[in-house]
Amino acid sequence: MAASADNMGRQATAAPFAIELKGISKAFGPVQANKDINIAVPKGTIHGIIGENGAGKSTLMSILYGFYKADSGQILVGGQPTPIPDSQSAIRAGIGMVFQHFKLVQNFTVLENIVLGAEEGALLNTSLGKARQVLKDLAQEYGLNVDPDALIEDLSVGHQQRVEILKALYRQADILILDEPTGVLTPDEADHLFRILRGLKDQGKTIILITHKLREIMEATDNVSVMRRGTMVATVKTRDTSPEQLAELMVGRKVLLEVEKTPPAPGKVVLSVQDLRVRDEHGVERLKGVSLDIRAGEILGIAGVAGNGQSELLAALGGMTKASGTITLNGVPLPLSGPGSDGQSRREAGIAHVPEDRHHHGLILDFAAWENVAFGYHNDPKYQKSALFMDNDALRADTEKKMATYDVRPPIPTLEAKNFSGGNQQKIVVAREVEQNPDLLLIGQPTRGVDIGAIEFIHKQIVALRDAGKAILLVSVELDEIMSLSDRIAVMFDGQIMGMRDPASTDERELGMLMAGMTGTSDAKLKKEAY
Amino acid sequence: MDYATLLQVLDTTVRLATPLLLACLAGLYSERAGIFDIGLEGKMLSAAMSAGAVAALTGSAWAGLLAGIGASMLFAALHGLAAITFRGNQLISGVALNFLASGLTVLIAQAMFKQGGRTPPLSGDARFNPVTLPGAEALRDVPLIGPLYYEVISGHSVLVYIAFLIVPFTWWVLFRTRFGLRLRAVGENPAAVDTAGVSVIGLRFAAVAITGILCGVAGAYMATALQAGFGREMTAGRGYIALAALIFAKWRPVAAMWACLLFGFFQALALRPDVVQSVVQMKVPVPLLDALPYILTVLVLAGFVGKAIPPRAGGQPYVKER
Amino acid sequence: MDRLPRWADLTLVPLVSLLFAAVISALVLLSIGQSPTEALKVMIDGALGSPYGWGYTLYYATSFIFTGLAVTVAFHAGLFNIGGEGQAQIGGLGVALVCLSLPWPHWTVALAAATAGAALFGAAWAAIPAYLQAKRGSHIVITTIMFNYIAAALMVYVLVDVLRPTGQMDPASARFPVGAQLPALNDIPGFSLIFQRPVPANITLLIALAMAVVVWALLWRTRLGYQIRAFGKSEAAAKYAGINPVRITIIAMLISGGLAGMMSINNVMGEAERLLQNSSEGAGFIGIAVALMGRNHPFGVVLAALLFGFLYQGGAELGLWTSIPIEMRIVVQGLVILFTGALDMMVRMILERLFALVRSAKAVRAA
Repeated sequence: MAASADNMGRQATAAPFAIELKGISKAFGPVQANKDINIAVPKGTIHGIIGENGAGKSTLMSILYGFYKADSGQILVGGQPTPIPDSQSAIRAGIGMVFQHFKLVQNFTVLENIVLGAEEGALLNTSLGKARQVLKDLAQEYGLNVDPDALIEDLSVGHQQRVEILKALYRQADILILDEPTGVLTPDEADHLFRILRGLKDQGKTIILITHKLREIMEATDNVSVMRRGTMVATVKTRDTSPEQLAELMVGRKVLLEVEKTPPAPGKVVLSVQDLRVRDEHGVERLKGVSLDIRAGEILGIAGVAGNGQSELLAALGGMTKASGTITLNGVPLPLSGPGSDGQSRREAGIAHVPEDRHHHGLILDFAAWENVAFGYHNDPKYQKSALFMDNDALRADTEKKMATYDVRPPIPTLEAKNFSGGNQQKIVVAREVEQNPDLLLIGQPTRGVDIGAIEFIHKQIVALRDAGKAILLVSVELDEIMSLSDRIAVMFDGQIMGMRDPASTDERELGMLMAGMTGTSDAKLKKEAY
Repeated sequence: MDYATLLQVLDTTVRLATPLLLACLAGLYSERAGIFDIGLEGKMLSAAMSAGAVAALTGSAWAGLLAGIGASMLFAALHGLAAITFRGNQLISGVALNFLASGLTVLIAQAMFKQGGRTPPLSGDARFNPVTLPGAEALRDVPLIGPLYYEVISGHSVLVYIAFLIVPFTWWVLFRTRFGLRLRAVGENPAAVDTAGVSVIGLRFAAVAITGILCGVAGAYMATALQAGFGREMTAGRGYIALAALIFAKWRPVAAMWACLLFGFFQALALRPDVVQSVVQMKVPVPLLDALPYILTVLVLAGFVGKAIPPRAGGQPYVKER
Repeated sequence: MDRLPRWADLTLVPLVSLLFAAVISALVLLSIGQSPTEALKVMIDGALGSPYGWGYTLYYATSFIFTGLAVTVAFHAGLFNIGGEGQAQIGGLGVALVCLSLPWPHWTVALAAATAGAALFGAAWAAIPAYLQAKRGSHIVITTIMFNYIAAALMVYVLVDVLRPTGQMDPASARFPVGAQLPALNDIPGFSLIFQRPVPANITLLIALAMAVVVWALLWRTRLGYQIRAFGKSEAAAKYAGINPVRITIIAMLISGGLAGMMSINNVMGEAERLLQNSSEGAGFIGIAVALMGRNHPFGVVLAALLFGFLYQGGAELGLWTSIPIEMRIVVQGLVILFTGALDMMVRMILERLFALVRSAKAVRAA
């Protein structure tokens, strides 16, 4: 760690800080989202905050923008202690925020969005006239060109983001916070954004860039703070650090969960995917021609930063979304749209699916555990009493058995799913899917929000299924999970597979680079290997 | 159909369109702010009873109007409490308040006047009487335009003119003022309003209050202008027709006026089946005319006659999230 | 905030809501110068004090069970079917057409056919809003409201211009043939020991109770019910499980409309014995209150339907024997819907506070 927050603090005498956070803590129930956070951002710099999903970055920024109230700690703006109880106060203090999900009114014009909440007087005409002029000036000053009379819904995502930035500048923000701003941008748009940010910096604005993408930090920031599990682990000058060091800081030296695992004995190809493509509801291509094979008795791990197409890959294979391309299971082609492409058909074909989001997809939280055990398999003959009725007794007995095998606590089949802990909920889902003895198991974020004990257990089940000769597609944003479980690792970036690696001959550093979409010298060679 | 008959039908159209228009504009404010309101009917009914009762007691139509607005706003406040403060189901709240109004109006009217749930017949200053517009008499003999002006445009109560003036006023408020901008924004994306530092709850309560005022005027018009006193269920589903007109107009004020005039025209025709029969040269069932507003609305909802896209945040309570 | 225990959620929340509704009803009565206790006494005497009163209470309850179940089924699919009124009236048309079409030899045959007709017509009236919701995203609440009014207009037309026998003045169908007349409870051996005077409650009551069991079995014992409930809880999860949203939406609404239509065998075939205008008399709307009060469970619906049956018969008695208008029952109905449906968060919050207080008091005592 090159410099701690204290070291940064000592420079304060030379350059005043735009914003300082002192000892900020925030807990949601038993979860400590932010723990004694100290950070000082010098005026006129671009300051990166990096960390994994759930590290507490967004909570911290929400505190700064008055969305949450910190349990303790102090915020100083321009050296002055400034309480920020609501967004209005944040705006008054000169803080502007560009949210990950834009807060724009879709059927309003750019101009209307910009003046909303910052109008001059009760009539709109004067406000709009003034805004039009200010917009023109801003466009000249920073290269932020947007048609003021365009409707938001007609703008590209990149332009919508510019409107968000303009909104903040119109309110005369001196400090601009951007939360994962490139998550929704194409690489070109992202480059343009960074040029704009540098322009703003040159004009004396202070910028806080929240991201989990190493490349952006290296490219755009002056200083970077690393968060891990609610704490600020380091603040360093960007030019004194490297992506490797940051990756290490982000992930930390976690106790590597040892998974006992024999060498794989891959058999025939179970799943073959060719040129799989998925578009989202806005028509944006999220999966851009993915091809891969998974063999029997093999775990293929998909590594990657969240939002690079992994979810779409799982959704397409699991029958949750329309796709194009071809997939075959044991040599039999499966439809990707229209009849026979739904989740029921996939299950009948022998694909089980532990979804990434158990709360929204994997479970019906208001259903009892035993009802959830039938979820997706409600048509399975073993749960039917007759042509008309389901066999709830058999289902409850089955649930009891699964609960015992998977050590689900409390082992009460009639308890509603929402009343189990995250780990036990996940065990219910995993038990349901794994015990179907599928040919292929799709499993996304198997241990997200799951306690250590359950993690170990779930990992063992995955390996056991592999050893039983089944094919497994594992998607996780936890790199060490991918490393310790996979027999092969594919790295996804921007809807494509950047490379395939053997976990024995790679390391987190190399995978991290691929995950960031960096194409080093060795990459051309790797790409060749993958295809 | 001769010209005189046409003018008669149009005159009735204006009379019948007025309560629809007021209720429709009332709904427009609420729904533009993201609060569904199927309780327009109940608010109108409660206003009609209060207006009828107070006008009968005081002999002043204006006092009646105020009382009507007060009663309607009370119901609006209840809806706001359920829908905004307690984030309850807006549709169920509307249904509940309609029943409440339906029962309470008869109960109170009966308790006060013992006339079978009606209020006493109004006359003189207790009613809003027809106003003859300047020049109506003088221009009466001018061909075509004269009778049109005299029969259709002149000779309504002041509330009719107020209702039609509220149309451009509403347009101006919505599209030319800060309040209108914020109101429209809160119905589309309350998070945008919230992050801009403006109170979502405050805006929505303001919108619901305006809905209360306008429904109050609509109800008062029913009891003190269109008819001479309150009778049970006198609004007869007009709140729902207004809702239909609002959808038909795609939540736009000027279009709402035309929709209400159209639906008022259907109601006027339903009163004169003889006229319809002579025009189309065949027997048209009156119920078909009654049902036309609803059928048209379903067609609009189904997207067969243009697409009606409601305010995006409509019906959803706002819960602050990151 | 602490969650409520399950038993409290299931029993206390509706009871406290009912209490609120009762207290405000009493205040309303006081404010119009009436005595709430006197009113309650008249209601209980009139609705529950004699077999004759029970005959009416059960008659109303029968209709409310059907419409309450209709709302319940749709609700479990995440759909608010406010169109029970229209579906019931069109169901009545189905009953009338069946009953008038043949000289029925025996009421059992007629009942089976009329039940099918009622369900079919009610379901058909729900089908269009269902299709529009599933395929075109038209809001089912608004479309079903519109269909209520279209149904009312259609019935006026049918009764005035089509089904009205020549020479008859009032807009109604002809009387049903004798073979299509249902036995009232006083005609049924066993029941006739209790009900010695003619009462409107009839054999349909048993069908209603049977339908409550059927709906319960459907929702909690069949694959279809499982899918309906899963879809209603989470559309996203349903997609994951491969449950077809269009199919479930349409099927749930067809069942809902069918149940609403079936109430017409009670009032049209069992009581009026001809089709009258506005035959459902608001029972479609009361179904909303009944379903909310009954917590969307068939057995809760039966209990709530009895409560509302009592309220309706009792309310009618108020109109007869006191100077309280019969509309008092609509006020109570509105209050019940308000508290159980729209202000349930408020009721829940109050109860949660109370429970937290009790708990902390216990904790203090324990320490």
